[in-house]
Amino acid sequence: MNGEIDASSQKHLRGKYAIVGVGETGYTRGSGCTTRALGTRAVRAAVEDAGLAMADVDGLLSYSFNDSTPSPTIAGDLGIRPNFHMDVYGGGSSIEALVGIAMGVIEAGMCRTVVIYRAMNGFSQVRIGGTGGRGARAGLSGDSLFTRGIGLMSAGQMFCQSFMRHMYDYGTTPEQVAHVKVIHSEHASNNPKAYYQQRVTVDDVLNSRMIVKPLHLLDCCVETDNGTALVVTSIDRARDCRHTPAVIQSVVGRCMKPRPDHHYQAGPISTVAGHYAKDILWPNAGVGPEDIDVTGSYDAFTFTTMLQLEDYGFCEKGEGGEYVSSGATRLGGKRPNNTSGGHLCEGYTHGINMVIENTRQLRHDADDSCPIGPDGKRQHTYDYRQGGCRQVENVELTANMGWGTPGMGSAMVMARGD
Amino acid sequence: MAMTGEYLGMSVYLNDLDQENMAFFKHCGAHELRVQQCTSCALKRFPPTTACPFCAHPEATWQQVSGKGTVYSYGEVHHAIQPVFAEFAPYMLLLVELDEQRNVPNEFDGLRVQGNLADSAGNLADPALVQRVGIGSRVRVVFKDMGDGLAMPLWCLDDTEPQPEAPWRYAIE
Repeated sequence: MNGEIDASSQKHLRGKYAIVGVGETGYTRGSGCTTRALGTRAVRAAVEDAGLAMADVDGLLSYSFNDSTPSPTIAGDLGIRPNFHMDVYGGGSSIEALVGIAMGVIEAGMCRTVVIYRAMNGFSQVRIGGTGGRGARAGLSGDSLFTRGIGLMSAGQMFCQSFMRHMYDYGTTPEQVAHVKVIHSEHASNNPKAYYQQRVTVDDVLNSRMIVKPLHLLDCCVETDNGTALVVTSIDRARDCRHTPAVIQSVVGRCMKPRPDHHYQAGPISTVAGHYAKDILWPNAGVGPEDIDVTGSYDAFTFTTMLQLEDYGFCEKGEGGEYVSSGATRLGGKRPNNTSGGHLCEGYTHGINMVIENTRQLRHDADDSCPIGPDGKRQHTYDYRQGGCRQVENVELTANMGWGTPGMGSAMVMARGD
Repeated sequence: MAMTGEYLGMSVYLNDLDQENMAFFKHCGAHELRVQQCTSCALKRFPPTTACPFCAHPEATWQQVSGKGTVYSYGEVHHAIQPVFAEFAPYMLLLVELDEQRNVPNEFDGLRVQGNLADSAGNLADPALVQRVGIGSRVRVVFKDMGDGLAMPLWCLDDTEPQPEAPWRYAIE
């Protein structure tokens, strides 16, 4: 598909926008509050982290599966008067797309600074895939005859055929894929915020009960309650903010495979949307996968991390199993992935916490358990043993790869600012 | 007229505005697997759509297909989410590649149908049958009536054809 996408038109925005603030509530099961409160707390934390006042924020974006609180309510609670706001439908792969939209609306002069948030009681209220009663007992009509009519409803049930076919096409083994969980659990053990901080082994993954082949319980992400937010503004304003900015080099938003509604009709089904997204991501960023220091490859499942790393070009197609089990993605390895523990261990946010983590990595300020020095900053030890450091040394470039379905993905490259 | 039925204890409802799905399931009710074929480019497609995914032409006819195919991939649900499926776990989510239109219009494309593995009477497969099926298995369509002239298509092992000696299955049973 090279050459069919004109990736040149937006190059002038490379380096022109940045993430300047990040905020999150705890990652819990039982927040004890509404999504309105979660959203408000996360937005407030992100704006404070940026060193901005609420009056500096005049744009809001949010995403949800109608399981959140809309942005006018959050803005009202915080005294923000929006010049722009929009609440979009969707989960995974939304955040990178929304960063691109934020850049666009600021560029268009519609507002100056945008907060993006995701607030969800993803365990105690609406569980993803409608698995907590929502829809599970409903009757069948229209298109649902083809899905719930055959017992196909959750994300794992929707994606399992693509995962299985990858094992068939390339000889990928369950042991290789289990390493994604093992490595992310190691990272989470150095993340005091992570919901699951326990390190697990390959055997733990393979001995956990089967959910839907090829997915064991530990191949699947955690479900949690949380509010998460980040602040996007222009590079000029970013220089006045509190922290080193994470400068946006390139964004791809909800890029899709052919036959977007039924991706399994087209192409090898073990190839995912990243195969198409990469042709926008890397030319616009002006760098390639070999230049990236830290990745954030969406881990709704162990397989989603592997498939995307492969299709975005971090290894050869078909060698994802080898790549994720080689140690390359581990802290201390060549290119660590999901250093917070990601969705498999830290908490489930539909992707935004992986962008928050990479923003902190680019600041050289991962919030681990390293001692705070006299200047108030963490003194990173780069000792990645359990309970230790999770800052990667000298991070200059990160890549996030958001997953919606095998047929839909978003991505973003960020660079450490001045 | 809207149509109503019942399948595995779940109510079934097809709105008369939903012409494409209604036509498909009515053909299933006649125990015929028919898919849309574009009157312009002649390509077949599935599931039902309101235009041709290959040329955007709005009109199509319903063409009967052989109802035979090969398992292209599968998932095997051990933890059912819908209560009505719990008693059938483990059940298979097959991706069946029909014999028609393989690698058309592009290499790796196909006319693929998602559905459950069943016995030859259209009842969801028992665990012993599930273990006999994997990628490469030859299957044929079978229908389970839902009432009101509607039926659900399912897939059973095709006894009329040779089966692969060992269909490919996930490494851990």
